[in-house]
Amino acid sequence: MGRIRLTGRLVRRDLRRRPGPALLLVLAITAATATLTLGLVLRGVTNQPYQQTRAATNGPDVVAQIAGSGPVRTGPPRGRHLSRHGPPASAPVAHAQIAAEARALTHAPGVSRYSGPFPVASAVVRARGLTADVEAEGRSLTPASVDQPKVTEGTWVSSGGIVLERTFAEALGVGVGDRVRLNGRPFRVAGIAVTAADLPYPNLCYYPGGSCMFDLPGPFASRNVGFAWVTEADARALASAQAPPSYVLDLKLKDPAAAPAFASAHGNRPTPTSPILIPWQAIQSSSGLLVQDEQSVISPGAWLAGLLAIASVAVLAGGRMAERTRRVGLLKAIGGTPETVAVVLLAENLVLALVAAAAGLAIGWLAGPLVASPGAALVGTPGAPAVTLPIVGLVVAMAVVVALASTLAPAIRAARTSTVSALATVSYHAGARSPRRRPRLIALSARLPVPLLLGLRLVARRPRRALLSTASVAVTATGIVAVLAFHATVRLKTVGLANGLNDPVVDRDEQMLLILTVVLVALTVLNAICAAWATVLDARHASALARALGASPQQVTAGIAAAQVLPAVPGALLGIPLGIGLFAVAAQGVGVVVPPVSWLAAAVLGTLAAVAVLAAIPARIGARRPVSPILQAETA
Amino acid sequence: MSDTGASVLRARGLRKEYGQGEGLVRAVDEVDLDVASGETVAVMGPSGCGKSTLLHLLGGLDRPTGGELWLAGQRLDQMGERALARLRRGAVGFVFQAFHLMDELTAVENVELPALLAGQPARAARRRASALLDRVGLADRAAFLPSALSGGQRQRVAIARALVSEPAVVLADEPTGNLDSQATVEVLRLFEDLHEAGQTLIIVTHDSRIAATADRLISMRDGAFIDETRLTGGSTGNLGSLAGLT
Repeated sequence: MGRIRLTGRLVRRDLRRRPGPALLLVLAITAATATLTLGLVLRGVTNQPYQQTRAATNGPDVVAQIAGSGPVRTGPPRGRHLSRHGPPASAPVAHAQIAAEARALTHAPGVSRYSGPFPVASAVVRARGLTADVEAEGRSLTPASVDQPKVTEGTWVSSGGIVLERTFAEALGVGVGDRVRLNGRPFRVAGIAVTAADLPYPNLCYYPGGSCMFDLPGPFASRNVGFAWVTEADARALASAQAPPSYVLDLKLKDPAAAPAFASAHGNRPTPTSPILIPWQAIQSSSGLLVQDEQSVISPGAWLAGLLAIASVAVLAGGRMAERTRRVGLLKAIGGTPETVAVVLLAENLVLALVAAAAGLAIGWLAGPLVASPGAALVGTPGAPAVTLPIVGLVVAMAVVVALASTLAPAIRAARTSTVSALATVSYHAGARSPRRRPRLIALSARLPVPLLLGLRLVARRPRRALLSTASVAVTATGIVAVLAFHATVRLKTVGLANGLNDPVVDRDEQMLLILTVVLVALTVLNAICAAWATVLDARHASALARALGASPQQVTAGIAAAQVLPAVPGALLGIPLGIGLFAVAAQGVGVVVPPVSWLAAAVLGTLAAVAVLAAIPARIGARRPVSPILQAETA
Repeated sequence: MSDTGASVLRARGLRKEYGQGEGLVRAVDEVDLDVASGETVAVMGPSGCGKSTLLHLLGGLDRPTGGELWLAGQRLDQMGERALARLRRGAVGFVFQAFHLMDELTAVENVELPALLAGQPARAARRRASALLDRVGLADRAAFLPSALSGGQRQRVAIARALVSEPAVVLADEPTGNLDSQATVEVLRLFEDLHEAGQTLIIVTHDSRIAATADRLISMRDGAFIDETRLTGGSTGNLGSLAGLT
């Protein structure tokens, strides 16, 4: 008990004595744990809005699609944009066959109610100079008992009046009262509505083809297709002999939970007229794709942030440990065992890690609702993200691992330090390790200008810190290049496909990437400043001596900044292949477009310039300190 | 710029103060000093009397609170940091009690460092450093790290480093303070050689045997000069015997 109390007291005193580095350490771990928490709590938050939309629209339990000879609404893609679907229904289907399929389904056991079949025409919509494909579903003027879309603005369909699905309307940038043309025919936008029976724009896919968004050549290329409702007469008028309408039947079951089993039993037979049946659970799952997409962006980002936090904490912990070498000696001199020393040092960082984990959980939980909006496709709001015990465990584990991974080695080294040498160590010269000698680097540096000479020799003195700086910059550059690859891919792949329409998924991805980039850049800023400051502290004696021997403060400042930039160069370059690779893995098979060289060059040079500027701040402060007291301290 | 006559170094009313009000400490108090070219001046006094602070002021490592200071014809007390650095590069060589060698550099790399900082080509700097190591008797230790050298050898490396830029004045701060008797003799002989070669030297020391080798001995207390004695020992060319060490 006494030992625990002593440890607690020492930890408390130490934290009070040096609050600045402790705060930086907490900030670094908090950024990583908050990002991880955000990634974890987003899971399933859109189920509630889908259920609210389903209730408001009397949504179907099973949607049946019966092909005409044209495009048919398909099932939900399993991996947004990227899924491959079954073969197209290519042969014309007689009306009698369609009626027979519909009759078989409506009379199947377990079906309690239905609406439809409704004709669906494939059309091209033109509005505000934009052109897009749209599926226009023909509806009666009276509300359907199953799947009556919820009109959120304006009124329901009328002759010549079209109701647009809300995300599609937003992408087109049109509202109630605007004029649009479908297959050249004028329509007035009568209303805006949402539905639980279909996937929101841009997730609708078409046969024939493959993915919903990318890589689909040919006249039947799948594109971002919107959804709209018109009168049945207008839908039939929009169809043609070359593109006859398909049909949609909305079914209610006695047991909604049995929808997947019903779909398996009655649909997807290998015949041209076999309907495609989609259970509501699949639509719910796909309605959350927007948020799932966020998760797919945030999750790798959280691990990148974790890696950066390890680098930051390692530098900070090393610096803190160096500052406390004399305290370690004192502790040992008055009877502390090496174990006591190690436990005190570890306990301090573990306490900070737990504080950071708690802060990260709170921030992630609070930020969850801000990014968990399901988008315009659904009505209702997401529930509060659930911070479950596994999430808490994972986040705390991450924080503890970050703290342990970066402080275990310095703590053990401190415990093994000889008491006499620890006590003899002057505070500014308290590096736990002697400077390394790198003969080749020293010889090379002799041929360089003074700032590079000083910088290269500082790098050579502390190769581990240089390696951490390289890793840190590589992680940041990886994140930035992944963002650039995303933009390059989206830009190229959607040119001529989306026809200038806003893609809500891409928009949301961009928001998430922006947040992630800010977190990564913030951590890198923290890391660069910490590394530069640690270098300044470590090199105080060497810098003072260099100045005594004739180096100017400007040369020393530039030297310390160069010591940060030199290891950053390989890190920034390494980030290019890593970033493209990361995006390729995260994009799950989408053909990744390598960003233009100018973008990559700007990213690398910008990163290096930022590191130089950030390092110059502590370097300048350090280089302007009076030389005399530093040189006299060792004599004293 | 001012007329300093034959003085390499000249100070008038030089002051260095720390703190203020009741806590004011005058580390250097109204010091006047002229050091002629080729002269060796020893400054003695008890610990904390301001000797090292004076040396750092004279070498431009620290800034005076007041007074005027000229070195090699240039006024130091009004110089910016960059100009001071330039002046230190060419006109001042420092020898410290704690040697202040870079642990990760070999003897020859330590010696050539000021030349590299002054922008000399690497080969020229290495040639000059090797020659100086030869001069201080350490040619065979050129590739040794400081940790592999004795205290006396380290200080001889530091002296070689101080000479690499052919400075107008060498400022030595307790150069034998960390050395045993034998090493002290080695260093004394080296200073003797420098003196004979016409090198201007200012040596701050506790050791009266070293002080006895100078042309002039200045005693210091509480930041001020309290006594000044002109000696003959410095010009006899037999420092070791005068100091009673051989």
